[in-house]
Amino acid sequence: MKKLISTFILALLIVVPLLGFSSYLMHILIFVIMWAVIGMAWNLLGGYCGQVSFGHAAFFGIGAYTAGILYQKLGMSAWWGLPLSIIVVTFASLIIGFICLRLRGPYFALATLAVGVILRVTAENLVGFTQGDLGIMIRERTWVEKIWYYYIILLIAAVTFYTIRKVIESKLGYYFVAIREDQDAAESLGINTTLYKTVALCLSAAFTGIAGAFYMNYMGYIDPNVVFALHDISIVAIMVVMVGGVATFWGPVIGAIIMVLLAEVIRSIPHLGAAHMTLFGVLLIVIIIFLPNGIAGGLPRIGKRLRMKRVT
Amino acid sequence: MLVCRNISIFFGGLAALSNISFSVGKGEILGLIGPNGAGKTTLFNVINGFYRPSEGDVSFKDRKISCLSPHQICALGIARTFQVVKPLQRMSVYDNVLASAFLRAKNRTQADNTAHDILEFAGLYDVKDLISKGLPLGKRKRLEIARALATGPEMLLLDESFAGLNPTELNESIDIIKKIKAQGITMMIIEHHMKVIMSISDRIVALNYGEKIAEGTPREISVNPPVIAAYLGDTASA
Repeated sequence: MKKLISTFILALLIVVPLLGFSSYLMHILIFVIMWAVIGMAWNLLGGYCGQVSFGHAAFFGIGAYTAGILYQKLGMSAWWGLPLSIIVVTFASLIIGFICLRLRGPYFALATLAVGVILRVTAENLVGFTQGDLGIMIRERTWVEKIWYYYIILLIAAVTFYTIRKVIESKLGYYFVAIREDQDAAESLGINTTLYKTVALCLSAAFTGIAGAFYMNYMGYIDPNVVFALHDISIVAIMVVMVGGVATFWGPVIGAIIMVLLAEVIRSIPHLGAAHMTLFGVLLIVIIIFLPNGIAGGLPRIGKRLRMKRVT
Repeated sequence: MLVCRNISIFFGGLAALSNISFSVGKGEILGLIGPNGAGKTTLFNVINGFYRPSEGDVSFKDRKISCLSPHQICALGIARTFQVVKPLQRMSVYDNVLASAFLRAKNRTQADNTAHDILEFAGLYDVKDLISKGLPLGKRKRLEIARALATGPEMLLLDESFAGLNPTELNESIDIIKKIKAQGITMMIIEHHMKVIMSISDRIVALNYGEKIAEGTPREISVNPPVIAAYLGDTASA
């Protein structure tokens, strides 16, 4: 039944753009799906394995720069960045994990936060390699039509969704959740917590990196402040999952829809400008108070309450 | 089967355990008693690999284990429970046991089978779908045992698995311990409940202030003067 729902939604998403949306609507759809990918990736590490990362921009940025530098320095198509970013980001996440994963809970979160900032500053200053604040621009776009970008990110999202579901339903998934619930107990039950936390981090980082490489190709321009941004990438990744529902399959998807649409709506309000972050903050507080399990996690509860009313 | 040689562990200047030696034979139940703060749980933490002894070593089946990490020791066949129960809270009872069953299972089906068997064995089958956070203490203590058993151990360390149980739960738990012993699993049991420890242990080691003060059969221990002094205060100071 549940398998059918996801197949149905995928089929729907394949057909939808054939209706002929405006290029603006296609852009929104592409962003929703890209954020769903990042959210699903964050959710694997933060939601299931309990290692809350405030530095997913690091992986997003490395992915984006992998594609960008391939184009800028080697003159190759930035699309090669998609497969290559998997390798580069996995390698980077091994190093980052080696340093950060020995820390627990809030200390891990702070360490990842620092990693994100360190990478941003590094990218700003390694001018010879990354072009610094000038950024990298792809001068000729592959397609003018957005529909191809849409299908590429949809394919990435489908693969991400399917892989993560397989992982979570396997032994790995049970180990991740065991580590989240109690690392000492997990360790005493024969779970190599260091190894499995590293696996979770690498998987999560790799999917985020692909999203980054896609961003480079799609937007055609990156600079350190865009792809290594703390508030626009790292924090939004967390919010997508928190709003949608932590440790649920559909949570990040729902969260991505809400966050992207909300960002568009708020940005279109005149005279608000940068204050849209304030509204995000308020929303996050409201969600944490009233729907601590996010929308996907809270739905069964809301449903139950409605059903109870009907009975009485 | 398990041999501890001259184990000492220091936290700062405090000797939490000093010069403890004892051994546990295959299939035996060794009781570990002592007043609060005597170092019983610390000793478990040393055997289980959470702490590395400052001096001395632990060997299991003639293999030195005091340099290994807890998950490696568990894979070798020593499983433990915690005095302060540590269920994987937001997982169901079944998933708790399943997560540990994966250690020896080759695939999901095998792990499922182990989890089913263990839950029936521990009398938790009817609550298998409950979230373990909501279980009453007695069941949570038993879940700890079930989870440890699911890792397929040869030796089980039980840290106060009977504390806080009502008489019915107590008898159920004693039955389970006897059934585990019948399977040939060696056990070390920390317990304050004297009636329980005296009736199920083959031998008892008594600790006080981190030192071993006595070792012997339950009968010998119950009349051992240092043990009585440790529990009731000695006559001179009374």
